Amino acid sequence: MTLIALAAIERVFHLGETDVHALARIDLTIAAGEYVAVVGPSGSGKSTLLNLLGLLDQPTAGTYHLEGRDVTTLSPDEQAAVRSRRIGFVFQSFHLVPRLTAAENIALPMMLDGVPVVVREQRVRQALRDFGLDQRANHRPDELSGGQRQRVAIARATIMQPALLLADEPTGNLDRATGEEVVHLLEALNAQGMTLIVVTHDAALAARAGRQIMMEDGRVKSDVSHAASTTLTSV
Amino acid sequence: MQYTDILRFARDAATAYPLRTLLSVLAMAIGVASVVLLTALGDGARRYVVGQFSSLGSNLVIVLPGRSATGGFNPANGITTTPRDLTVDDAAALLRAPAVQRVAPLAVGTSEISAGGRVREVVAAGSTASFMAIRNFQLAQGRFLPEDDWRSSAPVAVIGMTIRNDIFGNQPAVGQLIRLGDRRVRVIGVLKSTGQGVGMNTDELVIVPVALAQALFNSNTLFRIMIQARGREQIEAAKAQATAIIKARHGGEEDVTVITQDAVLATFDKLLGALTAAVAGIAAISLLVAGVLVMNVMLVAVTQRKAEIGLIKALGARGSTIRQIFLTEAAMLSLAGAVTGYLLGQLGALILRQLFPVFPAYAPGWAVAAALMTALVTGLLFGILPARRAAQLDPVDALMRH
Ligand SMILES: Nc1ncnc2c1ncn2[C@@H]1O[C@H](COP(=O)(O)OP(=O)(O)OP(=O)(O)O)[C@@H](O)[C@H]1O
Ligand SMILES: [Mg+2]
Repeated sequence: MTLIALAAIERVFHLGETDVHALARIDLTIAAGEYVAVVGPSGSGKSTLLNLLGLLDQPTAGTYHLEGRDVTTLSPDEQAAVRSRRIGFVFQSFHLVPRLTAAENIALPMMLDGVPVVVREQRVRQALRDFGLDQRANHRPDELSGGQRQRVAIARATIMQPALLLADEPTGNLDRATGEEVVHLLEALNAQGMTLIVVTHDAALAARAGRQIMMEDGRVKSDVSHAASTTLTSV
Repeated sequence: MQYTDILRFARDAATAYPLRTLLSVLAMAIGVASVVLLTALGDGARRYVVGQFSSLGSNLVIVLPGRSATGGFNPANGITTTPRDLTVDDAAALLRAPAVQRVAPLAVGTSEISAGGRVREVVAAGSTASFMAIRNFQLAQGRFLPEDDWRSSAPVAVIGMTIRNDIFGNQPAVGQLIRLGDRRVRVIGVLKSTGQGVGMNTDELVIVPVALAQALFNSNTLFRIMIQARGREQIEAAKAQATAIIKARHGGEEDVTVITQDAVLATFDKLLGALTAAVAGIAAISLLVAGVLVMNVMLVAVTQRKAEIGLIKALGARGSTIRQIFLTEAAMLSLAGAVTGYLLGQLGALILRQLFPVFPAYAPGWAVAAALMTALVTGLLFGILPARRAAQLDPVDALMRH
């Protein structure tokens, strides 16, 4: 089943006199449950692509169908609802709210969506257990290690059980061992059926994905799938 | 997002930046406190003056014998040179006037009082039971003149506190017989001490039934007639009716002067009321300044929390939710400031009252309500711009610049 279908997507930034074509006529389909690594040199448009997929940014031209629905024409509030229920984000710099505890950070998407407190507490407890954060529930981000912070961020990104998980350099701020741990977590989520798209500079990490999309100057330079290499790694 | 969650989120955000929050709360508090305190001062002054005047009695109309010089030309004046005296019957006739609630005739003269060997000169006033209500007298002991026929000269007297102390010292006064001129009268009441106010000093007064006073002074005339109108708006009517009745009784001759004390009082009341409102208005400007400060603080908050706003947008918050969060925070700051300011202002007024007990420095209810409302409304109004700015932030920009 097709999850994502991009047709002739363009994203142009106007910088004074010059136009920057961050994305130039991208056509791309991604099936539900895929594990995709997006690679390419700096400035090739990887983050821009991910932001478009996450409905954080609007294309200058082209159409984007998510789960068969044209999401480019949705109102901002409808797009917010799609972000809330169908999409999860993991950022390089974690983006945890510093004054909130780990549990509160994880509960944030449910709070924004108006999920009742009882349900919230129960789901957060489960997530804390799933991500090995039981002992850290009431710690604030500055009391957590980098790996723990990213695990909180992943728990938060997946607490609404989205169809699509987007990660922009999720291991960029972590050491090798911790990074690997986080990757295993993401892969486990993918194994449960969540579509995973990871932007990375790390060739070894990219090689683990079932599909590698190589970007250059806002275009897809190559798009390789090796079904065999999709590994089911458990944490 | 549920309201309780918005409230909690906004509260946590406000307390996470204590200095910023403290500053805007303080600004709002100073604004509200100054409104409360300044209007307490202004209204206190108004109350003080009004209180001094109304201790003479409220809605008072006074009939004096003789025409005032400003009365204008009246052909009758050319014929009769001496005006007719005011009598108890004149006073009784005034009770018929519809705008009149109470009438008290007043005869005044000096007499000698003696008891237990002590003698002293006093001012004696002859009146009726209504005199007490009209003049707002308070009794310390006993009772006032009985509700008798005005012609009855029951041998009773109500005395002022100074006289009571001079004559009786520590002994009980009520029930004692005293000699007043050539009469023996029984003390039935003692007036509460009022101290020296505006008007005559009641502490040195002896009040007896009007018929008794006239017998003492050997005269049928009244010093004046005190009238209480049925209400403030009836004062002018009472004045006109009293003038007409006396004129009819005096053979068509307008030989009395009728004055109202409330005309003076109303002027003072209005003047000082306007002063209070003006002071409140000036103080309200500080609320506006506080509103601008809250706006600035919230704009700084939006800049400081750019990444957080971008994040919650990425997590699916709608623009309206973000607006609500920031408006709620602005409202909280204003509310906290308003409540703090209210308490500070009331504390200040309390201290003023402690320092100057005669000065009733109470902030009027309208000023307090207006200050609190203005604080909240300015806080919200000035919160709109930052809230909109937050809601319109580009999430990518907000997240990546961090
Ligand atoms: N807000 C913006 N305004 C102007 N130009 C932008 C903006 N965002 C991105 N660009 C430009 O678009 C191009 C693609 O940027 P993008 O961030 O997608 O690159 P990237 O592949 O993620 O790079 P990196 O690996 O360094 O993160 C770059 O040339 C960048 O300068
Ligand atoms: Mg990037």
